[in-house]
Amino acid sequence: MALQVGRRPYVRVVPRTRWFFRRPRYMRYMAREVTSIFIGAYTVLLLVGLARLAESRAAYEAFLQALQSPASIALHVLALAFAAYHSITWFNLAPRAMPVRLGEMRVPDSVVAGVHYLAWALASVVVLVAAGVL
Amino acid sequence: MEIIRTDVAVIGAGGAGLRAAIAIAQSEPRLRVALVSKVYPMRSHTCAAEGGAAGVIKDDDSLEQHFNDTVGGGDWLSDQDAVDYFVREAPRELIQLEHWGCPWNREDNGSVAVRPFGGMKIQRTWFAADKSGFHILHTLFQTSLQFSSIERYDEYYATDLIVEEGRCTGFTAIEMRSGQMRRFEARAVIIATGGAGRMFPFTTNGAIKTGDGMALAYRAGVALKDMEFVQYHPTGLPNTGILLTEACRGEGGVLLNKNGRRFLQDYGMGPETPLGKPQLKTMELGPRDRVSQAFWQEERKGNMLETRWGPCMLLDMRHLGEKVIDERLPFVRELSTSYLNTDPVTQPVPVRPVVHYMMGGIHTDAKAATTLPGLFAAGECACVSINGANRLGSNSLVEILVYGRRAALSAIEYIESIGSRSPTAASAGPADAAQARIRELFSRPLGKETITGLRQEMMDTMERAAGIYRTGDELAEGVTRLGELRRRYAGIALHDKTNVFNTDLVQALELGCMLDCAEAVMAGAAGRRESRGAHQRLDYTGRDDENFLKHTLAYHRRAEPPRLDYLDVVITRSRPGVRDYSGH
Amino acid sequence: MSERLIDLHVLRYNPETDTEPHWQQYAVPYNEEWVVLDALNYVKAHLDPTLAYRWSCHMAVCGSCGMMVNGEPTLSCKSFIRDLPGTIRVEALAHFPIERDLVTVVEDFMAKLARVKPYLIAKEPRTVEQGEYRQTPAQLERYHQYSQCINCMLCYAACPEYGLIPKFIGPAAIALAHRYNQDSRDGGREARQQEVATDEGVWECTFVGACSEVCPKHVDPAAALQQVKIASTLDWFREHSMPWLSK
Repeated sequence: MALQVGRRPYVRVVPRTRWFFRRPRYMRYMAREVTSIFIGAYTVLLLVGLARLAESRAAYEAFLQALQSPASIALHVLALAFAAYHSITWFNLAPRAMPVRLGEMRVPDSVVAGVHYLAWALASVVVLVAAGVL
Repeated sequence: MEIIRTDVAVIGAGGAGLRAAIAIAQSEPRLRVALVSKVYPMRSHTCAAEGGAAGVIKDDDSLEQHFNDTVGGGDWLSDQDAVDYFVREAPRELIQLEHWGCPWNREDNGSVAVRPFGGMKIQRTWFAADKSGFHILHTLFQTSLQFSSIERYDEYYATDLIVEEGRCTGFTAIEMRSGQMRRFEARAVIIATGGAGRMFPFTTNGAIKTGDGMALAYRAGVALKDMEFVQYHPTGLPNTGILLTEACRGEGGVLLNKNGRRFLQDYGMGPETPLGKPQLKTMELGPRDRVSQAFWQEERKGNMLETRWGPCMLLDMRHLGEKVIDERLPFVRELSTSYLNTDPVTQPVPVRPVVHYMMGGIHTDAKAATTLPGLFAAGECACVSINGANRLGSNSLVEILVYGRRAALSAIEYIESIGSRSPTAASAGPADAAQARIRELFSRPLGKETITGLRQEMMDTMERAAGIYRTGDELAEGVTRLGELRRRYAGIALHDKTNVFNTDLVQALELGCMLDCAEAVMAGAAGRRESRGAHQRLDYTGRDDENFLKHTLAYHRRAEPPRLDYLDVVITRSRPGVRDYSGH
Repeated sequence: MSERLIDLHVLRYNPETDTEPHWQQYAVPYNEEWVVLDALNYVKAHLDPTLAYRWSCHMAVCGSCGMMVNGEPTLSCKSFIRDLPGTIRVEALAHFPIERDLVTVVEDFMAKLARVKPYLIAKEPRTVEQGEYRQTPAQLERYHQYSQCINCMLCYAACPEYGLIPKFIGPAAIALAHRYNQDSRDGGREARQQEVATDEGVWECTFVGACSEVCPKHVDPAAALQQVKIASTLDWFREHSMPWLSK
């Protein structure tokens, strides 16, 4: 047996900016996180709309016109897709973060997620009716 | 050589070792405890035990009945004073474990539930789903973390005990990560290193069960007792040896031969009980030795299923239903499905007896003390004897608790009795000798002997000569073969010369320990000219209470098979009787 | 008779001779019942006794044999070679320093496990003579899944937070704290919060969920962490809106 100590643990460095390319599950996670940018951007858009509304009728009309441009439509479709992805991943994860018990029985995950989808659907209906679409 | 000083050193951090360490930390917090193990505690093989731990708590049960089941199950080779202590302490230990958080299964009213188990007249086996050993181990390990007086030495391989002035004063151990040898100086040493099932080719035991602690004591002059009693668990998966708990049968599973017959009724365990309604202590709930022996006999008649892994019987649990299996045997379902592609809910599972437990071990008295002052032992590595010639399922998981604690108390008593007297100038001699032995292994040139080759030959010898049924001729040949292997072992050399985490070295040392233990098994079996419990001979088929109501003691000799001696069994009130597992 | 061989690549590292790890190739006979661990045992027994790795039970309950198999944290005793077509690449478990070959340094994990006070801190004292605490099957169910952790550390290897921010206490340790918090006999949640409801604790987690995906025992540590987050948040609101409630 050699007399000196030979330990030299080797540390494998995780690349700080490229780690998520390693596995598909990390890519899906980053996609989910990136959706927040789009949701944030859409929130800003809504606030701009409110500001225009407060400004004057003309400003608001101009805003609505701008919304109908092809670029805007494309952005909205993208934002809707990302928002949907965001919401769906959130709803499916929610039951694990909030286990619900009725007395002794645990409410199945699908029910908890289902309630979220139901609430989403109802809120959507309310908004669409108020907007005069339905 | 670096010296680590402590008050009590515990070698082995499974159920017994952890329980001992906790007991010392609780009773005498001023005493330092060194908990030394060749693996991290959570890896100890206690984690693989499934079925449960027996303790009397229900109203229809009594200590006397647990006593009788245990003594009868052990074919009257158990020391009855120790069994009395054991059955009395068992429920206390299980309740204490519950207080520490163990997730025992419950009745609807919140009290602890018990299940039927082999060889027991009344249900008394506490269980945590079918991972009782896992939960016991993790409860103990996690509980141990709150005691600052317990210092852990994880992945240290103990190589030699140090004996000075007739007392055990410590041991040497290799710190595996650095390869450096350390000397542990302790006022008392408790060995809790488990069994040595890996000396056999088909076993439920994990890689680490190589009898290291047994060899430590053995080489220091302490006898190994009753080593010939090796338990075959009837239901192991045929390819990997993975354990399917006895609880499968406790919950109502049945054993069939290739013709679909519940053959146990032909071997004194009948009459056949209704399907799904097991009756305690008969048929599939007979004791393990009888069930494994029935398999062997039935196989000789050609009634076993021939599979590519050899002859098997079928463990049929389909009638239990998916709900019961998922609730009480989920781990069994997972194991059978993953490792054998067989779902017990829809198919019967082929199984065969595999080596599971060693009733024998380091000779201790009823207080876990060995004949070497300062050295104690507990758990599977020790032989008190509670289990006698055959252990009942679910007695071991509670024995480790009862005797883990008992060893701790004995160690404390011993330390108090010797006071602060320490050996005059603890010499470096024994430790240096241990170091030299290891260095020599490193410097040996590679020859034709390999660890793999010798290990395989040892396993083949054990399987052939020391299996479920033995004969004098085969045993004698076995003794000779093992002696040859011991001599050839001196030619083993290491391919791996690194210091850091050298598993080639550890495997070489483990092989040496297994060979020593194997010789004790073989010699004991050759010397015991009777059939009792798990030791069955075709040339001596009856039990001979006149000559062999005694324990076998095997004493290590360097260049020969062990010297044998015999010790009377302590009989207090239960005279040897007939082991009746029929339903009549 | 030609025997089918599989191509096994193992990342080797010997600190006494290597400056960095390197791949080594072995040809191992194919056996349809074998797991990766069986292949490694074959290598050690017949090809290369210097290969170092941890293993014991071979039945996915001791937690020793965690390693990266084709980039995925896996128990090598549960990873069937019949499910791994092509070359099999085996490497030490990610996010831990390599001691030697497939053996990692796990002291950080062991220390973190101990930090979260993973033992029962009884709500009400009880002596052994008084018998067991009562706990209904429903109460047992509330923490049972979190008690199944075998400490295999696959979750730490999967967790990118732990990989990038090593001070993170991590999934298994926090899940174990949660196991005791949820136990009806336990009253130690507040004591554990000191360690667990911190920046190094649960707030480092962003619910990537990889830990639960790789967990071989379906403990679902991600769920445990989110539940701890919610409980901690409610604690904060209670403390700040109704301070008279805390003594």
